[in-house]
Amino acid sequence: MLNYVIKRVGIAIPTMLILIILSFLLMHAAPGGPFTSDRPLPAQVLANIEAKYGLDQPLWRQMINYVWGVVTQFDFGPSFKYKDRTVNEIIAQGFPITLKYGFLSFIFAIGVGIPLGAIAAIRQNTWIDYLAVGVSIGAQVLPNFVMAPLLVIVFTLWLGWLPGGGWGGGSWEYLIMPVIALSTSYMASIARITRSSMLEVLNTNYIRTAKAKGLPTKTILLRHALKPSLLPVISYLGPAFVGLITGSVVIDIYFSTGGMGYFFVNSAMNRDYSVMMGITILVGFLTIMFSLVIDLLYAWVDPKIRY
Amino acid sequence: MIVANKKKIHQMSDNLSESEFVQGRSLWADARRRFMGNKAATVSLYILVLIVLFSFIGPWFAVWTNEEIDWGAMGSAATQGMPSFATGHFFGTDDLGRDIYSRVIQGTQISLMIGVIGAAIAVVVGTLYGSISGYVGGRTDQIMMRIVDILMAIPFMFVLILMLVVFGRSIGMLFVGIGLLSWLDMSRIVRGQTLSLKNKEFIEAAQATGVSDFKIITRHIVPNLLGVVAVYATLLVPGMILAESFISFLGLGVQEPNTSWGALISEGAGTIRYDTEWQLLFPLAFFVVSLFCFYFIGDGLRDALDPKDR
Repeated sequence: MLNYVIKRVGIAIPTMLILIILSFLLMHAAPGGPFTSDRPLPAQVLANIEAKYGLDQPLWRQMINYVWGVVTQFDFGPSFKYKDRTVNEIIAQGFPITLKYGFLSFIFAIGVGIPLGAIAAIRQNTWIDYLAVGVSIGAQVLPNFVMAPLLVIVFTLWLGWLPGGGWGGGSWEYLIMPVIALSTSYMASIARITRSSMLEVLNTNYIRTAKAKGLPTKTILLRHALKPSLLPVISYLGPAFVGLITGSVVIDIYFSTGGMGYFFVNSAMNRDYSVMMGITILVGFLTIMFSLVIDLLYAWVDPKIRY
Repeated sequence: MIVANKKKIHQMSDNLSESEFVQGRSLWADARRRFMGNKAATVSLYILVLIVLFSFIGPWFAVWTNEEIDWGAMGSAATQGMPSFATGHFFGTDDLGRDIYSRVIQGTQISLMIGVIGAAIAVVVGTLYGSISGYVGGRTDQIMMRIVDILMAIPFMFVLILMLVVFGRSIGMLFVGIGLLSWLDMSRIVRGQTLSLKNKEFIEAAQATGVSDFKIITRHIVPNLLGVVAVYATLLVPGMILAESFISFLGLGVQEPNTSWGALISEGAGTIRYDTEWQLLFPLAFFVVSLFCFYFIGDGLRDALDPKDR
């Protein structure tokens, strides 16, 4: 196990460094510096500004400084567009919001998806099964940017039950639509995966043995069937996490929730490279950490994996 | 005894040589038969063909082109731009007086093109990369797959947007970006298949007769992978369309005057508060129906071609 942990961390660290270096080089490949504008600044002023941001140093030096700042202090440097704010401040403003509805979406996707898939498998070929399969196929083609406007049409324009956007300090009525819009397609995928793996498990010999032994159905399902059938779900959680965090960009734009996605798209429009880089690296860090945790969890849960 | 047997044997061999040669069914004919037996997949295929035909024949029936502006509907789309046959705006207009019918046709063409070309890039790169990695094996294989692992851990949508901003937003960049970042899954699948193929006798025979490695990969390995590749390619197309629509929804993808399903959905979604639901619902319907069809066709192909499920 320890070997596996070391090996797995050994992949995560270079991945992170490559991501940082890649986005740094991408930023420098961009035509025009961050301070090129329609009204050219006097040469002296430009030189001073570039010295302040450290842009007068050679590229490798800038890169080392940047990587060092990110790795040791989680410091992404100043924003190039909002002169009085650092990237860290911008992230600190948006991140808690993204975290709140992202976490709720994650819980929703798992909490609804797994029971739905499990019930569908247990009651295979009944109306519950057909309903669950129908929902999960339908939701596959309803990604967040399709769900969001549809929800607004129904619940804001027709029924008038929920506010069509905004954050409202994170109170529940502002959270419902973002969470549902973000998590529906992942909920559906989790339900589908749970259903098919549960069906597989229910046909195995040890479940038949358990039945023959006369164990109550509840014990069979909870003690013997649930855990092995959740293994594929666990390995899907990594991609689902990436999907949720990517989808949060749409949610922030469409519902004006004010999370990180809003700043990301805004800085993409304004060519505010340092903010874009900061958010990309942060998201990459979260993704890599999460997939690390998932892999270790998987290795711990699955008794078949040996090292 | 022996004579009798000899007679029998002769008889049998006569029978064998005279009996009609049974027409063998090739893998592909077999697969086609299985695919056609799948109702959902066949119906999806027909619908998809209709959508593609519509995107080419549709302009003949359009009253307004995608560039004409209906000045009467401009600024008052909610009252003047309703879908109607009388005004010639079958799907209504947007607030600039542009005909949604023509825009949906344009968007359909561009979205489908991005889906197909993006998937094609992913197929070519992924198949070559995966088959080389699997065939060569050893240290090369390890390094090549480690690179894939690392690239897979990177949140690709964010990097893609970064690339689009840095290198300028254009359809060409979108193709390159989506295609280059989406071959990873394909290369893994192909590598796995290659590993199981490379120890088969016919590959050994090719090696023994002195065929070069590159030729073995292109002439003997890749053709045997086509079934699996075809299945995942059909599933890649909707994936590409989704990715493009996502970026266009954010306003970072296809730029005016071009449009795509994602861009149209984005526009429609931004204006639903002004009572112009048709602006959202028509492109949305095309998007959702097409994706449905692609998924069903992909499922049908997998059932028909994937040797695992037989």
